[in-house]
Amino acid sequence: MNFFETQHLTKAFGGLIAVNDVSFQVVKGEIHGLIGPNGSGKTTVFNLINGYYPITSGKILFEGHELNGLPTWKICKLGIGRTFQVVKPLRRMTVLENVMCSAFNLTTRRDVAKEKSLEVLEFCELSKKQDFQAKGLTIGDRKRLEIARALATGPRLLLLDETMAGLTPQEQAEGVKLIRKIRDAGITIIIVEHIMQVIMNICDRILCINYGQEIAGGTPAEVANNQAVIEAYLGKE
Amino acid sequence: MKPNHWSKLIIVLFLAIFPLIVPSDYYRHIFILALMWVVIGSSWNLLAGYTGQVSFGHAAFFGVGAYTAGLCVTKLHISAWWGMLLAGPVCMVVAFFIGCVCFRLRGPYFNLATLAIAEIFRLTAIVWRDLTEGMQGILIMRTFRNKTYYYYFALILAAACIYAIYRVIRSKWGYYFVAIREDQDAAESMGISSFRYKTFSLLISSFFTGLAGAFYMNYMGFIDPEVVFSLYFISIMAILVAIIGGAGTIWGPAVGAFIMVLLQETFRSSFFGLFPKWVSQAHVLVFGLLVIFVIRYMTNGIVGDWIKVQRLWSKNKEQPLASTGS
Repeated sequence: MNFFETQHLTKAFGGLIAVNDVSFQVVKGEIHGLIGPNGSGKTTVFNLINGYYPITSGKILFEGHELNGLPTWKICKLGIGRTFQVVKPLRRMTVLENVMCSAFNLTTRRDVAKEKSLEVLEFCELSKKQDFQAKGLTIGDRKRLEIARALATGPRLLLLDETMAGLTPQEQAEGVKLIRKIRDAGITIIIVEHIMQVIMNICDRILCINYGQEIAGGTPAEVANNQAVIEAYLGKE
Repeated sequence: MKPNHWSKLIIVLFLAIFPLIVPSDYYRHIFILALMWVVIGSSWNLLAGYTGQVSFGHAAFFGVGAYTAGLCVTKLHISAWWGMLLAGPVCMVVAFFIGCVCFRLRGPYFNLATLAIAEIFRLTAIVWRDLTEGMQGILIMRTFRNKTYYYYFALILAAACIYAIYRVIRSKWGYYFVAIREDQDAAESMGISSFRYKTFSLLISSFFTGLAGAFYMNYMGFIDPEVVFSLYFISIMAILVAIIGGAGTIWGPAVGAFIMVLLQETFRSSFFGLFPKWVSQAHVLVFGLLVIFVIRYMTNGIVGDWIKVQRLWSKNKEQPLASTGS
C-alpha cells in the first residue's frame, strides 16, 4: 500500500480539462515537488486532494483511504493539512488564536489547544508575533502562519502551495530551513513551487505537469535535464 | 479594583435594585423591554457577529417562541409559563430545519433566505386561523400585576443568555464560529465543518430568541402575527441593537439594547411630553441617523470602538483648556 497516491486523476471544468489523467505516488517521509508553468493545474491538483473541488474521474488514496467525495474538513481530520497560495489568515484574530482554531482538532480543551499552539508557533518561529492581529502581518509572516495553522491540525501529509512566492531571498532561505525541519519531524510534504532553486534543493522527487498532463517525473536532476520539461518552460528550438 | 471594574459593579448593582428604587411602572416597563432586547440582540450577535451569518429573519424565532407560549394556553390549556420551557426546544427544531436549507447557501443568498422564512412564518400565522386565531391574536391573563416580578425574570434571562454566550465564545465552538466568520474556506481546510458549526450557532441563537418570545407573551399578555413576526419591529431591531452596541462583542448588544429602547421610548412619548406630539413620528428618522453615524465613525459599534468614544471624550475636555491658554 502506498502512503499517498493518485490514480488517473482528472478534473474538467465544463469543456476545459484542467487536470488530465495524473497518477503519482508519494513515499512516506519524502518531500515531493509538483512543478509546471503557470496555469498547468498544480493548485487544482491540491484542490482535488483537499476536497475543495469534486473529482471528475480517477482516485485519490491516502493511507489506504479513498478520499473521493469526502468534504474538506474530513480530509483534514484524516491527516492532510494544506496551505493556500493566496494566504487566508483569519484576519480579526490574533496569530495565536488562528493556530488554536486548528489545534482544537486534537482536543476540546482550551488550555491544551493553547499549549499545542504555542509549541507550533515556537517551531515556526512565530512566537514573538503570537499576540499580533493576523491582518497586520507581513507577507512572510502570513505564509508562516499558513504553515503553522496547517501543522497545528496534526497532519501526516502537508500540502504546501507556493509558500515561497513573494518572499525575499533571505526569507526564502529561512523557509527552506523550516520545510526541512517539518520533514525531519516526520511529516511527508507535497510542495508546489515556482522558484527552481528552492524546488531543486529540497525535493526528493519531482513531478512536472503541463496543460494538466504529467510530462516528467523523477529526481530533481532527471527532471531538470528532461527535454519535455525544458520545452514546457522555455519553448521549442 | 480598577475604576473600570467599579463602574461595572455599580451598573450591576443598579440593575439589581432598580425596581425597588424606581416605583414607576412605566420606567420598569421600559427596562423590562430593554432586558428582553438584550437577550434578542445577544442571540442575533452570536449568529451574525461571531459566526458571520447575518440573519434578517430573527422574528421567525421570536414569533415561534411567543406563539409556543400562547398556544400552551389556547390549545393545551396549561399555563403560558410552560412556554418558557417549551419555546427553546421548539425554536431549535425550527432552526434545525432552517439551517439544513439555508446553510447550503452562502453570502447574500443566506440573508435573503432568512428574510423570506420570517415572512413565511408571519403569513402562515395570519392565515392559519384554526391554530393561531389569525389577526385576532392571542390574549391571555397575565400572572402578576406587579411588574417587579417580570423585571427580575427578564434580568435573570438576560444574565443567563449573556453568560451562556460568553462561555460558548470562550470554548472550542467560539473559536470555530469566528474562524467561519473570517474565512469559510480556510476554516474547512483546518478541519472545521462549517455546516455543522453554523447550525450549532443558529440553534443556540434561536433557543434564546425563542425564550425572549415566550417571555414577551407572558409579559404583554397579547400577541398577534404583525407584532411578533414583524420584520421592522423584531428582525431589523435585532440587527440595529447589535450593530449599534457592537457586533462581535459580548457586551455590545446589551449596551445597544438599552440605547435603542430608551431612544425609541423617548421619541414615542415626545420626550416625555415636553415636545409636541408630532415629534413621536421622528424616532425612525433618528434610528436611521444613528445607524449612519455608527457605520461611518464606529464600524465596530459603541463597545467595539470604545477607545474611539473615550478619545472623543478626552478631546472635548482638552479643548476648553486650550482655548483658555490662548
